[in-house]
Amino acid sequence: MNQRNTFISGMVAITFLIISCSKFEPEAPDDDSILDGPVNGLTYEQNRQFLAGDIAFNNEIFTPATGLGPIFVATSCGSCHAGDGKGTPFTTLVRFGQTDSTGNQFLHLGGPQLQNRAIPGFQTEVIPNGATSSKFTPPANTGLGFLELVSDEDILSMSDPEDSNGDGISGVPSFGYLPEFITPNSNAVVKNGKYIHRFGKKAAAYNLLHQTVNAYNQDMGITSTFTPHDVYSGHTIDPEVSDKTVRDVVFYLQTLKAPIQRDSGNPINVQGKNLFSQINCSGCHTPQLKTGFSPVSALSNKTIYPYTDMLLHDMGNDLDDGYTEGFAKTSEWRTPPLWGLGLSPNSQGGQYFLMHDGRAKSIEEAIMMHGGEAKLSKDKFNLLNESEKSAIIHFLKSL
Amino acid sequence: MNKIITVFVCIFWMTLPIQAQIDPSLLKDPTAHSKKDLLNMDAIYDRPFVTNKKAPVSLGGYVEANWQHIGTDGISDGHQLQFRRMTLFVASSISKRIKFLSEIEFEPADKEIAIEFAAVDMEFNELFNLRGGMIINPIGAFNQNHDGPKWEFTDRPLSSVAMLPATWSNAGFGIYGKKYNKNWMLGYEIYASSGFDNSIIENSENKTFLPAAKKNTERFEELPSGTPLYTTKVAVRHNKIGEIGLSYMGGIYNKWQDDGLVIDEKRSIHVFALDFNTTLPKTNTFITTECAWVNVDVPKTYSEQFGNKQFGGFLDIVQPVVKRTIAGWKDAVINIAVRFEYVDWNKGQFIDTGSNIGDHLWSIMPAVSFRPNSQSVLRLNYRIQKQTDVLGNPPSNTAGFNFGLSTYF
Repeated sequence: MNQRNTFISGMVAITFLIISCSKFEPEAPDDDSILDGPVNGLTYEQNRQFLAGDIAFNNEIFTPATGLGPIFVATSCGSCHAGDGKGTPFTTLVRFGQTDSTGNQFLHLGGPQLQNRAIPGFQTEVIPNGATSSKFTPPANTGLGFLELVSDEDILSMSDPEDSNGDGISGVPSFGYLPEFITPNSNAVVKNGKYIHRFGKKAAAYNLLHQTVNAYNQDMGITSTFTPHDVYSGHTIDPEVSDKTVRDVVFYLQTLKAPIQRDSGNPINVQGKNLFSQINCSGCHTPQLKTGFSPVSALSNKTIYPYTDMLLHDMGNDLDDGYTEGFAKTSEWRTPPLWGLGLSPNSQGGQYFLMHDGRAKSIEEAIMMHGGEAKLSKDKFNLLNESEKSAIIHFLKSL
Repeated sequence: MNKIITVFVCIFWMTLPIQAQIDPSLLKDPTAHSKKDLLNMDAIYDRPFVTNKKAPVSLGGYVEANWQHIGTDGISDGHQLQFRRMTLFVASSISKRIKFLSEIEFEPADKEIAIEFAAVDMEFNELFNLRGGMIINPIGAFNQNHDGPKWEFTDRPLSSVAMLPATWSNAGFGIYGKKYNKNWMLGYEIYASSGFDNSIIENSENKTFLPAAKKNTERFEELPSGTPLYTTKVAVRHNKIGEIGLSYMGGIYNKWQDDGLVIDEKRSIHVFALDFNTTLPKTNTFITTECAWVNVDVPKTYSEQFGNKQFGGFLDIVQPVVKRTIAGWKDAVINIAVRFEYVDWNKGQFIDTGSNIGDHLWSIMPAVSFRPNSQSVLRLNYRIQKQTDVLGNPPSNTAGFNFGLSTYF
C-alpha cells in the first residue's frame, strides 16, 4: 500500500467513525420501561433545576466529612430509590415509638426512626424496650409532583368516613399539624388547625418539602435550616445541606414523570382493568385524578392515573404493626399509588417486595395480605377463576 | 501553568552541559538494562530516556491524548477530546551504585501535577538493594507498569483504576533484588510505606473504593493508622514460558487513635494479586493478565453498601498481524487485541435477604493498534460494558469508541 492509499484509507475510516459512532452505542430504553426522567414540557430553566436536583438526589453521596450520620440509614437519596423506584429490604427503614394520636413517646430515645447504621467509631441505635415498630420499604418517587397537586377538595370528596355508600370502605384523610417551615397551599382545607397530609405510608408528610427534609435528617443524618437538629446528639448544628439543594431535590421529585402504562390496549389488560373495578379494588386505588394549578405548566391541570385516593384505610389486624404516625390508627395505611407497580422489580433486584414493609414477594401475595376495608375486594378476587385473576395481575404489571 | 513552566525550567537547567567537574563515568544512561533481564517490577526503569552525554541526568516521558464517543443506555455526551496526561521522567546517577528516578504526572483535567515516583536506589548486592523515597507499591503488575504507550487500549484496566489504586505511590522504604540462572529469573520487593485511610470506606463513590485514598496527600507526611502499609511481591520469569507475579499489600488503614485517645478499632486491609504475562512463540501473541482480591475490615455497623470483599481482573490478548514498512515507517506493526475485564466491588450476600449483592461490572474491548515504532501507538478501541448496581437491578449498558495516541518522548 503506498502512502497515498494509506492516507485515503485512513481518512475514510476516520470519517466513517465520526459519522457513525453513535450507531454503535446502546439505544435508550423505551420511556414506558423506566421510571426516571423528567415530565415532558419543562422549560430550559426548569430542566436545569431538574438536573441539579437529579445530581443531588442520585449522585451526592454523603460521607462523615460532609455530614453523614453519625447514625444513619443510607448514604444518599438514590441509595434507597434506585432508578427512582421502590426499595428493598436492604434499604427498608424502621420507625418506632408511637401507638396512637398522643404522639411518639420515644422521641427522647431516638424515635421516630431507627438509625440502624453508624459511621466508624459510633454505635447504631436500638429499638428501646417497650416501643412498637414498623418497617417501611421506600416507595417509588415518580409522579409525586402530580399527587402533590391533587386538591384537598378532591381528596375529601373521595373520603367516606361513615361508609355511607355501604361498600365497606371508609377512607379518611390524614389531618395533621404543619411544621414551621411549611407554608400551606392557598386552597388548603383546614380543620382545627390541621391540614391534609398525603405523603408517606401513614400520610404523615404534608408535601414533598416536608418529606424531603425529614428524609435528609432521619435517613442520612443531614441537618438543614428546616431540620437543624442532629439525630445523634439532638442538638442544633450547622446546616449540612443548603436550602438551594433541598429546593432542587424537591423540584426534581415534583417534576419526575408519571409512570406510563404499557400495552394498555391489550385485551387481557383491558379485561384486567375492568375486573379491577368490578371487584372494587378501585374503591381505594382510584384510577383517575386531576391536578390543580401549578406554576410548572407541565404539571398544571393534568389528568393522571395513579390508582390511589391518598386516604387512610384500616387494613386489618395482619397489617397492624402496632406503630403509627400523625393521627392515623396503627391499622391504617395510606393507599399507595399503583402506577409503576410493574416496573418495581427493576429497582428491587429483579423481584417484588410489596406492601409497606416488602413482606409480599408477588402481586398475588400482596392482594392476599389485604384485610380490613379491603377484605371484601380480596374475597371477590378469590372467587374469580384463574384466567380472570391472571388478567388482573397482567393489568397490574402493565402499570 | 506557572508550576509547569517552573518544572520545565528546572529540568532544562539541570541538563545544561556545564558540569565540567562531573565524573565522566556518570554520564551514561543510568537506567540501562537488557530486555531479557527485566521483570514487570522493573517497568519504571524500562523506559526510553534521552541522555545528554555531558550531563548526569536522563530525561523521558510520555503523553496520552484521546477522542471518545461513548454512550450509556441511549445517553451520550457526544464527541469528547481529551488530553489525559503528560508524564515526565527524570533519572540521575548520583554515583555508580546510587541512582535516582522520578516520575511527574500532569493531568490537566484534574488540574493536578503529581509526583508519582521519586526514589533513590542504593545497590549493595544483586539480591539486596535499598530503595527509599516516594515509591510505587508493587501490587499486581499494572501499578508499576502503567505507561500509556505500552498498552493497546486507551483506558487503563478498570480493576486497576477503580478497584486497585493505579499509580498508587507512597512515602516508603524497601529492599529489592533479583537472581538469574540461565533462562530463569527471580525477583522480589518488600516495602514499608504510608498507606490507606478511612476514605476507602468513606467516599463519594458509595462503595469500598481503594483509589479514594489517592486524594489524601497527607500520606506523604503522616500515616493515619500510625502503622506502615506492607507491600511485597515475588516474581518468577522463564524466558520461554513467561512471568508470574504474586503480590500482597496490607496493614491497618484507619485512624484508630488521635492525640493519644482511642477513637475506633484497628481495621485492616489485605490485598492479594496474581499477574502473568507471556508471548506465545509460534504466533507471537502477547498475553497479559492480572487479578486481585481485596479484603477490607468494614465495621459491621456500617452500611452493606461498602463491601468487605472485592475481586477484579483483566486479560489482554494482543496479536500482531502486520509487521512491515507502512507509510514510510520501517517495521511498523498493526495489532489486533481484546481486553476482557471484570470487577466486583462487593462480593457476598445481603444479610436481610441472602441474595447476592451486585455492584459489579464486566467489559469486553476489541482494539486495533498501529505502532509506527515500539515507543508510539495509535489505538482504536470499542468498549462493550455492562454494570450492575448494588441491588442487582438490570445492568446499565455502555458502549462506544475510543481513539488515542500515546508515545514516549
